[in-house]
Amino acid sequence: MPHIEVIGHKLAESLNGYSADYIEAHLEESQGSYITYRGRELESTGRTTAVGGNIRALVRGGWGFASFNNLDELPGKVKLAVKQAGLVSNGKSKLAKVAPVVDTVPAKIDKNPVVIPLTEKKRLLDEYNDVIWNTPKLQTSIISYGDGYKKTVFASSPGSYIKQERADITLRLTAVATEGNEVQQTGLSIGSLGEFDTIAKLHQQVEEMAQHAVELLSAPQAKGGEYTVVLDPVLAGVFVHEAFGHLSEADFVYENDHLRQIMTLGKNFGRSELNIVDSAAIPKLRGSYKYDDEGVPATKTYLIREGKLVGRLHSRETAAKMREKPTGNARAINYHYPPIVRMTNTYIEPRSASFEDIIGDIKEGIYAKNWYGGTTSMEMFTFSAGEAYMIRNGKLAEALRPVMLTGNVFTTLQNIDAIGNDLEMNQGGGCGKGEQMPLPVSNGSPHIRIRHCLIGGR
Amino acid sequence: MEKILGQAKRVAEEAEVFMVSSEETPVQFEANRLKHVQNKQTSSVALRIVKQGRVGYATTTELGDSQNLVTNAVETAQFGMTAKFELPPLTPYPQIETYDPDVKSVSLEKMIELGGKLVATVKSHTPDILCEAGVTKSTVSVRIINSRGGQANYRKSIFSLGIEGTLIRDTDMLFVGESESSCHPLLEPEAVSKAVLRQLELAKNQASVPSQPLPVIFTANGIASALIPPLMAAFNGKTVLQGASPIGNRLGQPVFDKKLWLWDDPTVAYRPGSRPCDDEGIPSQRTPLIEQGTVTNFLYDLQTAALAYTKSTGNGSRSRGGLPAPSPSAFIITPGKTSFDEMVNDMKEGLVIEQLMGASQGNILGGDFSGNVLLGYKVENGKIVGRVKNTMVSGNIYQVLKQITAIGSETKWVGGFLSTPPLYCPEVSVASK
Repeated sequence: MPHIEVIGHKLAESLNGYSADYIEAHLEESQGSYITYRGRELESTGRTTAVGGNIRALVRGGWGFASFNNLDELPGKVKLAVKQAGLVSNGKSKLAKVAPVVDTVPAKIDKNPVVIPLTEKKRLLDEYNDVIWNTPKLQTSIISYGDGYKKTVFASSPGSYIKQERADITLRLTAVATEGNEVQQTGLSIGSLGEFDTIAKLHQQVEEMAQHAVELLSAPQAKGGEYTVVLDPVLAGVFVHEAFGHLSEADFVYENDHLRQIMTLGKNFGRSELNIVDSAAIPKLRGSYKYDDEGVPATKTYLIREGKLVGRLHSRETAAKMREKPTGNARAINYHYPPIVRMTNTYIEPRSASFEDIIGDIKEGIYAKNWYGGTTSMEMFTFSAGEAYMIRNGKLAEALRPVMLTGNVFTTLQNIDAIGNDLEMNQGGGCGKGEQMPLPVSNGSPHIRIRHCLIGGR
Repeated sequence: MEKILGQAKRVAEEAEVFMVSSEETPVQFEANRLKHVQNKQTSSVALRIVKQGRVGYATTTELGDSQNLVTNAVETAQFGMTAKFELPPLTPYPQIETYDPDVKSVSLEKMIELGGKLVATVKSHTPDILCEAGVTKSTVSVRIINSRGGQANYRKSIFSLGIEGTLIRDTDMLFVGESESSCHPLLEPEAVSKAVLRQLELAKNQASVPSQPLPVIFTANGIASALIPPLMAAFNGKTVLQGASPIGNRLGQPVFDKKLWLWDDPTVAYRPGSRPCDDEGIPSQRTPLIEQGTVTNFLYDLQTAALAYTKSTGNGSRSRGGLPAPSPSAFIITPGKTSFDEMVNDMKEGLVIEQLMGASQGNILGGDFSGNVLLGYKVENGKIVGRVKNTMVSGNIYQVLKQITAIGSETKWVGGFLSTPPLYCPEVSVASK
């Protein structure tokens, strides 16, 4: 295997010798393994290794980009990217100022998950599959496990040289229960920044998930209409990521006048209790890192503070164009793609209410848990909860079939009137944008209460 | 590659090495301006082995590191699925043209000029439109060798042009777009821009639609977004094997309208979906799927075919570097006799559907399609009168394609992987507000 560090050093020294306003290089070595089950049978398993990189060049406002697996001809790639950028150039290069960094960031994990023998991983998945299959009325199961470990080198013409390592694990389990023509399913998604132990003791959760799929067969459907709704940390976290987070990504906003007006800083979006944050600087979450893929240090960015829009997520280019501070949110899923503005760990900050406080004065409402699916189009969202329960006279009551929540993002944010004290981060998600998915992110929230939320019957 | 095969043969009963390398050069316009020029080169090798009857699999981008690749494949073979197939020996392949050297030599300047022309033409028609456009050239080369002496290789060139426009007026958004691709260079962007201008013309006025079943003409783009996903699922041998395809037990039975013919065809010269063999080295063939409305075949790779006690149809495909699985190469719907204009003229009240949004989120396996009409037109008394908004269309292909009023005479390629005329269906449920 060629050592990307050796190649990286040599390349870094040369990046200043070209007529470009800015050049950066990414080199990457990665390994991974996966196991999937469909029903009782293992469906596929494999191991992957990859080495590759890219060069990105900026010339008078135009970007060139060359990606490759073969690391032998790098000066030629730099020339190609510079030439391409020159063809695009049609203005002035604008990048927010960031001091060059030289640093080495090791993965802070006990054990690289990729090198754990597949036998060990399979044994664990077999145990989970047995738990699912031992549940009566269970029709089938789907399990998909994947892990990865990568080393990256980032070098830029102003003199940054950053070596980072990171690991990632995802596990998704689905249980499908049937009775007559009824089919119900439940799922569990877990992830971690490379710690295998975090997915190793889920037997209890898997059992509950499978049993819940069976319970749903006899559960009634919610009546459609407006309710006071309480969201659990998982669903509230997905809501804040999907419905609000994407609107905070500056590359959506900066060339769209319509959206720019909606997302004016200082505008009121919620009650004074509401704080929404994105931060890659929190340690040990799937969206955590020390430097983004432009070599910008991770920050903690308040998107909403005391109900007001106070910030958004930037790459160096969008920050410069909107005359705001860079936030270190430029990320690429791998070396095939240039970095674009992405979220990291996005969450609603906890407040003081306990779960009992939140549901205590609800006469009739719905407690919606877990994420099942959904879409957003700028202002409108529709989400499906994986689990739902009635709330009656301040207490949790009967289980319901999964419900669908729909509404306008901005009205819904305004209608959040209670925020719990029990922040939890959900690590099971992956985020897609353009062709680049799934990118490791996490999102979270405490329990929140939303007044006047529209629930559809499904 | 031979070295990898040699090493694998020493530790496994069967082995197959699949190598693909590609170079892609996209030129992209955003918000009406040239934004990126990129070049993406990739190469990767996949090793599939059969050891003690089980499949092992590993991939790498590192051609030099064969020992590690073999070790990884051997580890996964401890519990891979049981191999039911035999790799193909050396076989003759059909001569199918998929490579035009002229694609590679189109200059970046020329590509920028083509994209610029597309944007300029659309903008001169509608000055306040925001366009994203792309011009891409790429070449792919594939080589397969296996332990039974089988080997295959081919090259492919692809050139594509596309543009999407968004027109925002207050809170009203109109999305238009068109694209074209070929194994030849596409140096005349007029066909694409003309199609977009036509969409803009037809969409100038808004028309209202009643909430009731209406006759619908699906254009080629409309068929691609609404009807193709359920058809792809239904004819996939894996879906059939799992008992999840509604037509799985209806081979030889009339399921669709007698006028309907559907083929999977990777043999058409210079089409992006064409190739002499599939990703397992099985020779390409034209497979009839629907003949005169009757279900005649499903699509198989080697393993699925073996499990279903049938033969591979040459549809083994490796998406995202995974194990081969059945997948269509290119769907071809045979044209009929009715022109698009005749279809419109025949309609008293109905819809023309160009693009459905979210059509494939429903129960695709069951044949359902439903979605918001992203681009579609209202027909009144034989004339298109304007675009429709806030309109949901839903149906099931097993009802909608059971009785087709007419099949169009003008075929069109969509995305290089579907060739179809418009279809005129008597009744689709429409909801509007």
